[in-house]
Parts: sequence; C-alpha cells; structure tokens
Amino acid sequence: MTSKSSANSSSVAIEVQGLIKTFGTGDASVKALDGVSVSIYENEFFTLLGPSGCGKTTLLRMIAGFEHPTSGHVLLGGDHIGHLPPFMRPVNTVFQNYALFPHMTVGENIGFGLEMLGKDKSEIARKVDQTLAMVRMEEYVNRKTSQLSGGQQQRVALARALAPEPRVLLLDEPLSALDLKLRKEMQIELKRMQHETGITFVFVTHDQEEALTMSDRVAVMKDGLIRQIGAPREIYDHPTERFVAHFIGETNFLEGELHDINGSTGMIKLASGSNVPASLPDEAAAGTVTVVVRPEHALLSTSPDNASLTGEVKTIVYFGTDTHYHLELESGDSFVVRMQNQRDSGTDYQEGSKVGITFKDNAVQVLKD
Amino acid sequence: MSAETTLAHAHGAPLTGAEAEAATVKREVRNRWFLLSPAMLIICGIGIMPLAIIIGYSFMEQGNYAGVKWEFTLESWMNLITERDIFDDTLGWNHAHISIMLRSIGLALMTMVTTLIMGFPTAYFITTRPEGQRNFWLFLIALPFFSNLLVRTFSMMLMLRDDGYINNVLLFLGVIDEPMILIYTNTAVAIGLVFTYLPLMVMPLYASMEKLNFNLVEAGYDLYASRFQVLKRVILPSVKPGIIAGCILVFIPAIGAYVTAKILGGGKNLMIGNLIANQFGTSRDWPLGSAISLFMMIVVMIALIVYVRNSLAEQD
Ligand SMILES: Nc1ncnc2c1ncn2[C@@H]1O[C@H](COP(=O)(O)OP(=O)(O)OP(=O)(O)O)[C@@H](O)[C@H]1O
Ligand SMILES: [Mg+2]
Repeated sequence: MTSKSSANSSSVAIEVQGLIKTFGTGDASVKALDGVSVSIYENEFFTLLGPSGCGKTTLLRMIAGFEHPTSGHVLLGGDHIGHLPPFMRPVNTVFQNYALFPHMTVGENIGFGLEMLGKDKSEIARKVDQTLAMVRMEEYVNRKTSQLSGGQQQRVALARALAPEPRVLLLDEPLSALDLKLRKEMQIELKRMQHETGITFVFVTHDQEEALTMSDRVAVMKDGLIRQIGAPREIYDHPTERFVAHFIGETNFLEGELHDINGSTGMIKLASGSNVPASLPDEAAAGTVTVVVRPEHALLSTSPDNASLTGEVKTIVYFGTDTHYHLELESGDSFVVRMQNQRDSGTDYQEGSKVGITFKDNAVQVLKD
Repeated sequence: MSAETTLAHAHGAPLTGAEAEAATVKREVRNRWFLLSPAMLIICGIGIMPLAIIIGYSFMEQGNYAGVKWEFTLESWMNLITERDIFDDTLGWNHAHISIMLRSIGLALMTMVTTLIMGFPTAYFITTRPEGQRNFWLFLIALPFFSNLLVRTFSMMLMLRDDGYINNVLLFLGVIDEPMILIYTNTAVAIGLVFTYLPLMVMPLYASMEKLNFNLVEAGYDLYASRFQVLKRVILPSVKPGIIAGCILVFIPAIGAYVTAKILGGGKNLMIGNLIANQFGTSRDWPLGSAISLFMMIVVMIALIVYVRNSLAEQD
C-alpha cells in the first residue's frame, strides 16, 4: 500500500503477518481473521475501522495476547511475541467496558500495572500522580471506581493503561459508551495524549467519522480482511473498492469505460459520452469500470451544454452549511451533489430544473471491483 | 394549616388536620402489626420460645430421672468446662468436655478450609464451562443431597472400614501391606464432614464466581499480573462474598455435626453435637445439655460477628 504517514515510517512498532484466526471446529467454525498483514509504525495513531463482526476485536486481542493465532505471526519491534502471554507483552489495553477493578481506588487501579512490574512505592506514587494529571482526574485519586461517571471511568481506564508506559496502547471502541458531547471531548483528549506520550495507539471503531478525524492511518476491514490502508484523506478521496467507498462517507457510483491509461491516471468515457480524467487503483485495466465521485467533488451548472453529465433536480435538502441536490441523470441513475452555501446563493436551482454536472480536479476515482 | 383547621371546625368536622393525621398513622401502625402477625407467630413459636426454654433450663437443677427442677443454679454453666472431684469436691478442669469442644472447633475449621480448597477449583471449573453445561455440573454437585445423610454416612463407612474399598484397593495395588485403620478416627470424621458439606461450599462460590467479570481477569493479565497475582489480587477480592458465605454455611453445621461423628467416629471421637445428645439421652442432664447448646451458639455468634466486622472494615 502506498501511504504517507506523519509517523516516523522507518521504525515499525507492531507487525502482523498472514494472521488467520478460526474459532471453533468443523461446521460450527468461524473464520474471524482471514490472513491479515499490516505494519503499524512507532508513534502512530492507527485505526481499525469496519462493520460489526469484521474481526477488529479479534485482531486487537491477538496483539494483546488474549487470543492465539491459528496461523501467522505477531511481531513487536521486530521480535516475535505470538507465543507470549499478555503479562509478558509491553502492550496495554483500554477495554470497551473499562474493566476497572471494583475493589480498588482510582489510584490503586492506575498503580496496578506498575506494582506488578515491581516498581518501588515512591515511583508508583509519582507516576500515578503524573498520569492522573494527564487525564485531569487529580482530585479523584482516593475514590472508588464505582463512584465515577462513565466519562471519568473512561479516563481512569486510559490512565491505567498508560501508566506503565507500554510500547503500544490498544483501544477497543473506548468511546462507544459515551454520549455525543463527551465523545467529541474524549476524541480530542485521546489525540492530545497520544501526542504527549508518543505511544503507538491502535484504535478500534466502527464510526467512520471518528476514524477520519483522529487517525494518522486507517485500515478498513471487512470479513476478516483489511481491504484498504491509508491516511484518512487518501481513504476518503481515493477508495479503491466499492465496499470502502460505500462504508466511508456518501458516494456516487457511475459506470464508465477506462482508456488511455498513463500510470495512476487515465480517462473515463461516461454514459453521457463525455471524457473525464480519473485516478486509478493499482493494476487497473482498460474496459468497463465503476467509478466514484464524492458529492462535494461535483459542481452544478445552469448550462448543461459543456457539462460532463446532465440531469434533472429531484429534491433539494438544505443543511445550513451546505445543500444536497438529489438528481436523476439522463441514464436514469441517481446522483447527489453537495454544494456549500454562499451568502447569496441557493436560488439558482429549483426542483425540476435541468442542470449540468461538472467535476472538480481529481474528483473521479476508479474502483478495483 | 390553621386556615384549614378553622374551616373544618366551622363546618362542624370532628377532627382537626393534625388529629386526622394522627389517626391515620395509628391505623397504619395497627395494620402493619396485623399483617406481620403470622410472621411474628412463627418467629416466636419456632425461634424465640424454644430458645427461651433452653436458656431457662440451663439455669435450673438437674431432675432426678430427666427434666429439670425449678431451682436456680449456675452449676450447668460451671460444668461446661470444669468438674468437681468426686472424692474431695475440689474444682478442676473437665478434660473430657474441653477436648470435645476443641475437637469440634478443630474439625469444623478443618472442614471449612478443606472444602474451600477443594471447592474453589470446582466452582471455577463449573463457571468456565459453556453456559449450557453449567447446570449439569451443578446438578452433579447437588446430587448427594437427594439421598439421606444417614445413608451417605453409612456408605462412607463401607469405604473406610478395615476391609472397605479404600483399603482393598490400596492393598491390591500394593501401596500398603496391612489395612490402614481409618474408621473410628478423627480422620474418618473429617473425611465424612468434608464429603457432607462440600456442596454447601461450592454453591455460594459458584454464585459469586459466575458474577465475576472475566474482563477483569484479562485486565489483570494485561497489566503484567502473573496467574497467581491475578488470583490473589483480582479474583479472590471479587469472589470474597462467596467465600464468606461458603465458610459460614460449612462451619456452622460442621461444628454441630452429629450423625457423622456418631457413625464414623465410633464412641471415641465425639463432637459437641454428640455431647449434647448424650445429656438429653443417657446422661439425663437436661440443664447441662441446654448450657452446652447455648455455649455453642455463643461461640458461633462471636465467630460470625468478628468475621463480618473484619470483612466490613476491610471493605471501607
Ligand atoms: N470467542 C469466540 N468464539 C467464536 N466466535 C467468535 C469469538 N470471538 C469472535 N468470534 C467471531 O469472529 C468474528 C469477528 O468477531 P470480532 O469480535 O473480532 O468482530 P468486531 O469487528 O470486533 O465486531 P464488533 O464491531 O461488533 O465488535 C465474528 O463473526 C464473531 O462472531
Ligand atoms: Mg469488537
């Protein structure tokens, strides 16, 4: 995969190779992972994104050591760790339900990992204070964890996992139990903490917006496989598969003929007959292909003559910052255009009016499937 | 309030607001007692009354053939652990009673500890079975309860006898040359008690373990705790209520065990239960029997209070 990352791409933190995991045997067996290979870099905020049941948790648990691979390897900093029990891996987990120890105070919870590592009392106390300060929970050090709100428990769980300074922090949908406002807050906090500590974060979510806003790189998973890895912008602007394009954001799908291939670009002849430039995935071949165009990468025009596509406005939905125009193309397909509202715009198009559609630069992406 | 009251009077109402309120409260109190009366009757009838009789008896003189004479004396309470010399009337320790009491407490504690050690892995095993299988294992654990205690104890006797199964098997395997003497020993009583009360330990342990969130165990492993440390720091504190309940459920009946000691201990290895039974039987000393019963109750109560106090103090 070609990808740029804000991380130092020379040093790999976690590497998994051809990971396969089958639960159960015989007819009842489930293949949770079907050959996953990925390298996650030091100091990277890496997100696993995918629908329910695609194997995100299984992959994470395999890195943590709670599950053992049916086949394949897990490497940490170049060393094989697949055979090590969880307590011998310098990797910590933030559990979805927090899993705070109910019989311990906040401070004892956070100090637990350090205590188990055999650190001395004064160092534990210092580190607990420092971590509590980082999650802004200093005044709760002697509270029982049952006396905390959901958001506070979340912070303690985070602090507990960060206190032993692991090489990698695994987070399995840590924000899914929080309400929207708290969630947005914690997203920013998480980002800040990753920045401050410099620890590699592997974050699981099935919320695409969360994945796009927080990550350095995103891996989109489906049915036990990683379908595409890349920076959020790359995943969003240049999805290479129908599933990825569909799963992330809103998309228009069109049929076209690919020709004049030149490296990673080519020309697409659309059903309307007009030719537009397009970005190509690896190993694209000339012929009939599906292309995607994001709604905000298209423009409407009142003169259908020199437009790439023409159609009729069916519905107009006003969203405040922008407006969605639902069109019916001449081919009968539907197409959505999203345009940002200007101070004095919005009266150019009415439902029923004939319009032309033009594409911004680089708007057309060819899919593999 | 005052406006209401004057209004009520003006209309010739017989009650002021406060009076009406008081009447309602009175009626509610009466209703509550009325509704509680069946429970009160039962508690008095089968709880407090017999206890009162026992307390009364323990302060009376021994009757000539059985029963009691209605005269106050502290003799039975003295006779608990002391006795008068038959010849010179001096007061000395009653070594027989003391050894029986110590044996009872010792055997009960041992039973408690052994059932805990055996019951803990058993309960853990059941908890970690798939949900559909757990009831089956629990059923197996509870199975002995479907048979009579006497029958179970006699079957233990068949196993422990000089020519019983245990000796026969060990002889056959060549582990021993002569039959071991198992029956009518403290060991036999201990084995019998453990066998009898193990289910009472497993059940509450299972109940609390089933509620244990296994994510906590994983969190423990994740934070560098070894298996032993996870057991000590994560699992044990979480299942502590079950351990306490199991210990109480085993200790109390074990210290008062009667059938087991009688059958497997022969005449030699008596426990408090047998001592009490003797007073109401062959010894015909009802006051002493009552005093011993009460003494045992007090010991158990003190043990319980200390235990609960300690565990409550630890929780805070
Ligand atoms: N212990 C297990 N035994 C049997 N099957 C399992 C087990 N754990 C996971 N699976 C199966 O493996 C597949 C992947 O599960 P996994 O929990 O990794 O999904 P996920 O991507 O985390 O989903 P979600 O978003 O719902 O958490 C699912 O089909 C699931 O049913
Ligand atoms: Mg999951």
